[in-house]
Amino acid sequence: MSFITIKNLWKEYGKQVVLENLNLEIEQGEFCTLVGASGCGKSTFLKMLLGQEQPSRGTLNLEDEPFPPQPDRNRGIVFQRYSVFPHLSVRDNVLMGLELEQRPILGKLFGKPRREALVKVDAMLEAVGLTGAANKWPHELSGGMQQRLAIAQSFLMKPRVLLLDEPFGALDPGIRNDMHQLLLRLWKETDTTIFMVTHDLHEGFRLGTRLLVFDKVRHDPHDPQAFGATITYDLPIGKTDDGLLEDIQTNLSKTARIQAA
Amino acid sequence: MSSMRLINRHPGRFSAIALGLIPFVILILIYGMASHERLAENPNDKLLPGLEQMTAAVERMAFQEDKRSGNYLMWEDTVASLERLGMGIGIAALMALVVGILNGTLPLFRANMAPLVSAASMVPPLAILPILFIVFGLGELSKVMLIVIGTAPVMMRDVAQRVRELPQEQFIKIQTLGANSWQVINRMVLPQILPRLIDTMRLSLGPAWLFLIAAEAIASTEGLGYRIFLVRRYLAMDVILPYVIWITILAIIIDQCLRLTNRKLFPWYNAGGH
Repeated sequence: MSFITIKNLWKEYGKQVVLENLNLEIEQGEFCTLVGASGCGKSTFLKMLLGQEQPSRGTLNLEDEPFPPQPDRNRGIVFQRYSVFPHLSVRDNVLMGLELEQRPILGKLFGKPRREALVKVDAMLEAVGLTGAANKWPHELSGGMQQRLAIAQSFLMKPRVLLLDEPFGALDPGIRNDMHQLLLRLWKETDTTIFMVTHDLHEGFRLGTRLLVFDKVRHDPHDPQAFGATITYDLPIGKTDDGLLEDIQTNLSKTARIQAA
Repeated sequence: MSSMRLINRHPGRFSAIALGLIPFVILILIYGMASHERLAENPNDKLLPGLEQMTAAVERMAFQEDKRSGNYLMWEDTVASLERLGMGIGIAALMALVVGILNGTLPLFRANMAPLVSAASMVPPLAILPILFIVFGLGELSKVMLIVIGTAPVMMRDVAQRVRELPQEQFIKIQTLGANSWQVINRMVLPQILPRLIDTMRLSLGPAWLFLIAAEAIASTEGLGYRIFLVRRYLAMDVILPYVIWITILAIIIDQCLRLTNRKLFPWYNAGGH
C-alpha cells in the first residue's frame, strides 16, 4: 500500500476534459514537483488533492481511504497570493492554527496556553527567518517574506501533505533561491509529503525527489477541449540529464502554442 | 513648455484648497446679493433672510428658553433626532452584520435568505411608513423602524457582497489550519468585515437622514425634521436655513467620526492590507 494511490483518475467539466487517466503511487515523504503548460490540469490536480475539487472518475486515496471532499488540517496549502490573513500580525497568523485546534468555540488563546503556544510559534518564525518581523502586519512584508509566513503557518500544523501552488511564481530569482533552501530544509526536518506546482521547469528539475510533467498527448484541432492532459513524464530528480530537460521543454512549448492557437 | 494634458495636471496643496472653496464662496455671494436686494425692497421679506435675521433666529432657537416649554428648542430637536438616527442605524448595522455574514459565508443560508433580502431592499421604505405608524403607533418606535427598514436590507446585501469578495484562498487556507465553520466566521470573516461595515454605515447615513426627517415631518413633537416642517407654515426661512446647515454639519461630523474610528481600530485595513 502506498501513501497516496491514484488510479484511472479523470477530471471533466461537462464536455471539457481536463485530466485523463492518471495513475500514480506516492510514498510518504516524497517531494513531487508538477510542471506543464497552462491549462494542463496541474492546479486542478492540486485542488483535488486539497479537497477543493472532486475527481469525476477513478481512485484518489490517502492510505487506502478516499481523500476527504473538503480541505482539512491534514493537507496544508500555500498559494501564490492571499495565503496569509491581512488582519493579523505575523505572529498571530502563525498562532492561528494552534488556537483553532485548542479552542473549538472561541478560536482564541489567552494567558498561559497562549504563552506556551507562542514558544512554538516563535521557534517557527525563527526557522523561516521572520523573527524580526513578528509584530508587523502582512502588508508591511515583501512578497518573499509573505510566502515565508504562509509556509510557516502551514508547517507549524504538521500537515501530512503540503500543497504549494506556484508559491514562488511572483518572486525575484534571487529570493526564489533562498525560498528553495528554506523549503528543502523544512521538508527534510519534517518528512512531509510535498506537491509543488511550478511554471519553471528548471525549478522542477532541481527541487524535490520526483518530477511529474503534465501534458496533452492527443490534440483535436477542431475541439481543443476534447482531450485532457495526463502525466507524460514521471522522473526521479537528480538522475536526469539536460538533454531530457530540453526535450520536455520542447514538448511543453508545443502544447502551449496549440492551447493558445 | 510642452502643454500638459488636463488629465495630468494636478493642483498644488493651496490651489486645491482654493479651488474647493470657490463654489462655496460663489454660492454664498449669490445668496447674499439676492437676499440684500429683496430686503432693500421689503425689509419684512421672509424668503431670503439675511445673516442678521438668521443669527437672531439661531439665538432664539438655541440659546433662549422656549416661552411655552422652557426648553432650548434647537438642542432638544438635535438630541431627539440624533437618538433616533443612532438607534436606527445601529440596529440596522447589527442586523446587516449578522445576516450579511451568514448570507456571505453559508451557501445554505444564502439560498434560503438572499432572495428575501433582495426583495426587501426593493420595497420603497416611505411607502410602508403608514403601515409602520399603524402597527407601531406614532411614538419613537415607528421612526426608528423606518430608518432600520430603509437602510438594513441594502446594508445586508452590501456586507454579504463584501464577504464574498474576500479571497477564496483565505477560506481554503483557514480550513487547512483546521477551522470549523464557526471559527471561519469568528476568526476570519467577522474581523475582516467590521471595517467594511463601517464604510457601509457611512454610505447609509444619507438615506438614514432622509427617512428620519420624513418620519419626523409626519408625526412628531420634537426633532430637527419636525421643526423644519413646523415653521414652514410661517415661511420661517430664517429658522429653516440654519437648521439645514446644522443638519449638514452634523452629518459631516458623524461621517468623519466613523472614518476616524475605522482608521484607529483597523490600521491594517486602511494601510492597504486587504
